[in-house]
Amino acid sequence: MTFINVEHINKTFKGTTALKDINFIVDQGELFGLIGPDGGGKTTLFRLFTTLLLADSGNITLDGKDVVKDYRQIRKEVGYMPGRFSLYQDLTVEENLQFFATIFNTSIQENYDLIKPIYSQIESFKKRKAGDLSGGMKQKLALSCALIHKPKILFLDEPTTGVDAVSRKEFWEMLADLKEKGITILVSTPYMDEASLCDRVALIQKGEILSIATPQKITSQFPHKLWAIRSNNIYKLIQDLEKSESGQSVFPFGQFVHYTDKNPNINESEIHNYLKDKGHQEIKIKVIEANIEDCFMDLMNKPMGEEAKL
Amino acid sequence: MMQETKVIKVKNLVKKFGSFIANDHLNFEVHKGEIFGFLGANGAGKTTAMKIICGLLKPTSGEVEVAGYDLYTQTEQIKKSIGYMSQKFSLYEDLTVKENIRLFGGIYGISKKEIAKRSKELLQKLEIEEVGDKLIIEIPLGWKQKLAFSVAIFHNPGIVFLDEPTGGVDPITRRQFWNLIYEAASKGVTIFVTTHYMDEAEYCDRISIMVDGKIVALDTPQALIEQYKAKDMDEVFLKIAR
Repeated sequence: MTFINVEHINKTFKGTTALKDINFIVDQGELFGLIGPDGGGKTTLFRLFTTLLLADSGNITLDGKDVVKDYRQIRKEVGYMPGRFSLYQDLTVEENLQFFATIFNTSIQENYDLIKPIYSQIESFKKRKAGDLSGGMKQKLALSCALIHKPKILFLDEPTTGVDAVSRKEFWEMLADLKEKGITILVSTPYMDEASLCDRVALIQKGEILSIATPQKITSQFPHKLWAIRSNNIYKLIQDLEKSESGQSVFPFGQFVHYTDKNPNINESEIHNYLKDKGHQEIKIKVIEANIEDCFMDLMNKPMGEEAKL
Repeated sequence: MMQETKVIKVKNLVKKFGSFIANDHLNFEVHKGEIFGFLGANGAGKTTAMKIICGLLKPTSGEVEVAGYDLYTQTEQIKKSIGYMSQKFSLYEDLTVKENIRLFGGIYGISKKEIAKRSKELLQKLEIEEVGDKLIIEIPLGWKQKLAFSVAIFHNPGIVFLDEPTGGVDPITRRQFWNLIYEAASKGVTIFVTTHYMDEAEYCDRISIMVDGKIVALDTPQALIEQYKAKDMDEVFLKIAR
């Protein structure tokens, strides 16, 4: 069942295009990811969803309600965790939660079951000021506050930015639990590896959607044969692969370099010999499956238009 | 790539804030031209250690030598020998690109003539000549980051400290940024970098991982991956820091 419906949304700020003809739907109970770098338009979209900003044109409905006409009703039904930490730093953990509960005419007790798995992790610090919490704890408090009125939809704008890998993993586990409880979740992230944790994702760049599908479908549609290559000198390896006449794309990925060649029939020994001639040692070459980041970079290099309509 | 010269030596470094031990007997050395990844969870004590090594914070005890200078007695010489780039506030948004370069060059005592020459070369190299007279606030984040890095090494320091330098940019720009880092390292500049991207940790020659104020692992990415029987650094980090 369609829960969020976005149709032909355009938004400009003083002549700069922030969103260009955005269309997508999110089903009830889905965990949907908006994946892309800063300046892509993710935050603008969230502000449209949460009735904080008006689009130039287009329509958005949440659970059948229009974000412009029915904004009062929508505000009661959505939870929003903005990208910037926006709790009251000089209030304690408990006071912040109390504050948000009161605004929504509810109490901590009434919806405690929903927030318990998250809030219980920081409850022993409930007398501490929010400004004195660590990054991971702030994030848990912000999520608790966004949930305290039992929203039907949760909007999370880059909840894991600047957070270490351990806290990121814990956060995604919390989201999976909330999804189990039937809450529809829209989450944005610049970390491409988090895409695989979503049911479906939209890859977004410079106000346009590059692709919308399940993470598996996006990676399976990578159009080239992808090689992972390493040698004893990565910096020289990148340069030599870029100099290769039939080279198409060269991107470092951890200890390997991901490489595509214009010649789809090139084989391992041809690449091996080329690098050996350039003086590389300890060469390792293998064919691999593309990940979301490979796909994102491939789509970035394509002209916009048809690609967005998968 | 790694040479014998040690440009950072840290021995039994301790930093306490009241009863809280932020750095608990840190011991490590960084070689000239090395890309050294300094990792840890939020709150593990990375920023404290980095501030100490840059000469911005006095340690409680321990020996620290940076670029051949002693931390306690030669702090000012250390500051002249290093560059620093943080994720935020690296450049002045209400100054132009050229003005920012001139400001940083001037602070480090580079002559006007030399600044003009190097500015031109720098803008050419980064392929951003057309925005030289634009305000920082008007240029894309990716350009800002490349410029901030270039400004941090404008006075040719032996060591540059990068505190989460690549946040928020697209994956291609992030890689172009690392290309600048590789290039600087290949010319002998030592890179000391913190990041939350574990694939970037694998670009480093060696990495240390801090947990609760202590360094619990220090080796090449490959050796750590083997030691912890992990498939990548992300898994190593989760095994160590969780």
